[in-house]
Amino acid sequence: MSDEILYEVTSSEYKYGFTTDIETDIIPPGLNEDVIRLISKKKNEPDWMLEYRLKAYRTWLKMEMPNWAYLNIPEFDYQAISYFAAPKKNAPKSLDEVDPELLRTFEKLGIPLEEQKALSGMAVDAVMDSVSIKTTFQDTLAEMGIIFCSFSEAVQKHPDLVQKYMSTVVPIGDNFFSALNSAVFSDGSFAYIPKGVRCPMELSTYFRINAANSGQFERTLIVAEEGSYVSYLEGCTAPQRDENQLHAAIVEIVAMKDAEVKYSTVQNWYPGDKDGNGGVYNFVTKRGLCKGEGSRISWTQVETGSAITWKYPSCILMGDNSSAEFYSVAVTNHHQQADTGTKMIHIGKNTTSHILSKGISAGVSNNSYRGLVRVNPKAENARNFSQCDSLLLGDKCGAHTFPYMEVSNDSAIVEHEATTSKISEDQIFYCNQRGIDTEKAVGLIVNGYAKEVLKKLPMEFAVEAQKLLAITLEGSVG
Amino acid sequence: MLQIKNLHASVNGKEILKGVNLTVNKGEVHAIMGPNGSGKSTLASVITGNPAFEITKGEILFEGKSINDLAPEERAAEGIFLSFQYPIEIPGVSMVNFMRASINDLRKSRGEEPISASEFLKLMRKKKELIEMDSQLTNRSVNEGFSGGEKKKNEIFQMAMLDPKLAILDETDSGLDIDAIRVVANGVNKLKTPDNASILITHYQRLLDYIIPDFVHVLSDGKIVKTGDKELALELEEKGYDWLKG
Repeated sequence: MSDEILYEVTSSEYKYGFTTDIETDIIPPGLNEDVIRLISKKKNEPDWMLEYRLKAYRTWLKMEMPNWAYLNIPEFDYQAISYFAAPKKNAPKSLDEVDPELLRTFEKLGIPLEEQKALSGMAVDAVMDSVSIKTTFQDTLAEMGIIFCSFSEAVQKHPDLVQKYMSTVVPIGDNFFSALNSAVFSDGSFAYIPKGVRCPMELSTYFRINAANSGQFERTLIVAEEGSYVSYLEGCTAPQRDENQLHAAIVEIVAMKDAEVKYSTVQNWYPGDKDGNGGVYNFVTKRGLCKGEGSRISWTQVETGSAITWKYPSCILMGDNSSAEFYSVAVTNHHQQADTGTKMIHIGKNTTSHILSKGISAGVSNNSYRGLVRVNPKAENARNFSQCDSLLLGDKCGAHTFPYMEVSNDSAIVEHEATTSKISEDQIFYCNQRGIDTEKAVGLIVNGYAKEVLKKLPMEFAVEAQKLLAITLEGSVG
Repeated sequence: MLQIKNLHASVNGKEILKGVNLTVNKGEVHAIMGPNGSGKSTLASVITGNPAFEITKGEILFEGKSINDLAPEERAAEGIFLSFQYPIEIPGVSMVNFMRASINDLRKSRGEEPISASEFLKLMRKKKELIEMDSQLTNRSVNEGFSGGEKKKNEIFQMAMLDPKLAILDETDSGLDIDAIRVVANGVNKLKTPDNASILITHYQRLLDYIIPDFVHVLSDGKIVKTGDKELALELEEKGYDWLKG
């Protein structure tokens, strides 16, 4: 009985499925060296950038798609999609030059691009298809020496910084998708926080795929100098389309001595329809390097979208006394598949990492946690605590946990806890008896379950995420 | 207020209620007693619409209207409340949030505006005092880590907050020591008005020392086999249930 209910409640429609009718400069499908040269030329890139791309492309050609995840990934024809799509009106100097249709799109998504309206005190870089549309609050931030701009702009204006840090955390050949991204990446965000500066507002990038039949390959690079602090948010949506869209991004974070970087994501790419048609394939490599002593990086993610999610935001704890955190809520419904988790690599002494993963599966979806904790031989006194919980809604979905531990130093303390639970008929009836209908009850129970992670999100994001969780699971309970 | 006519109900195809008749009027307190497995808790579940149970025959009328086909939340909106024998834990959801969702949803289905934050907090404070509840409990997750006594008290607190027309208390005294019973019973007595009614489902007479029933019914093998006043409860305490069977 309750299983049917659960099944019913998780069948809601995707709210962000509209498309923007806008002239797009899109190159023909296919991938070869000429296409890469074309992308580089369209972006007016320096030679070193083109060389980097070509090297990545040649590396990618020799690599194979990874198949170790608990995912059923259909054959994907990399020659059938376009690797560059951009709204035609390019690089606006001011908001007046931005196509009003684009402004309306971001307004519809609740992303404030007009600074006077941005009461939320958040600096936004909005990326549509392959191009950054508008970065707000740039001047305010520049006064403090903070650089926050699109990746393309950084390549032009801060080539020294880009060259110094790009690929130092995620090498080109790290994996199939990182090589692909390095060859064809379109745009993304760049943030640089100088020594001792505490970034006064949340930096936020909003990614939107619009063009049909195209991939989105963005890259983000965040560098936090000694003693600095920044909190970074990332949001993602896409239109509803029958075909699958490929998204392969890279995020690199470098934290110097005593620097702290918080990276929060609410990922809501189009998950496909109830029958599993369409949806975004999300193959993302996110990694942070705690380079300096006492540095801190935390990843918080709320994953509700995408047909396939392949994503392991990781941390390399190189500096002594550095620490890293990973907080995740991953929801899968209908035919969604997620294989997500983290890697914590302890290299420095006295390093600590904390993993809290909350998986929620509904419909006929599959949700896997995959996590690696590695303690290198010289990592004295490393400490890790991992907790992986799974919540099942109904009896047709799956939850899986794949923890890996490689400990090569005897002083390490590594702990792992895991639980699996179901929303019970009793819980639903209890809520019903108090006047709360089943759909709302599921939202309440799920939000309660995910609370420990949600409270790590910045305030405005947390509210959004709570609503999103309830919406994602609408129709999943009976 | 409540009229139950020839009610038959089953769970997983097994018939538990075999023709229950019961009428509860405004201002009355009814006690339903009976041995284990006689169908007492089933009766509470069926009145409140627990989907695990199926009505196979008969009718439940609430204020003259059949509620057989109403969803549990609709019955709650009509003013029917159940104090659970085993209150359910909802981890991560604070009592405050839970009560607010509950009150607002009940109001919504009655076509009323949501309660304001200040009004809500005032109401919470008042009701906590009324039933002498530790104010810390409402900051904790629903029933999570509550002791047996705290859970039962929390049920009465919810009853006070929601102010139902008909309250069904399912074995509210079970597992409680005598002091806890007194506190719970005081709460119930304070909430009693000439306009509401309650049904106490209990195993033992002892709760009835504190809450005086107008009627005592004995449920045995899915039927009400005897009805009397509070003296009947004392008689049962002394003689047991066997003399009523057969």
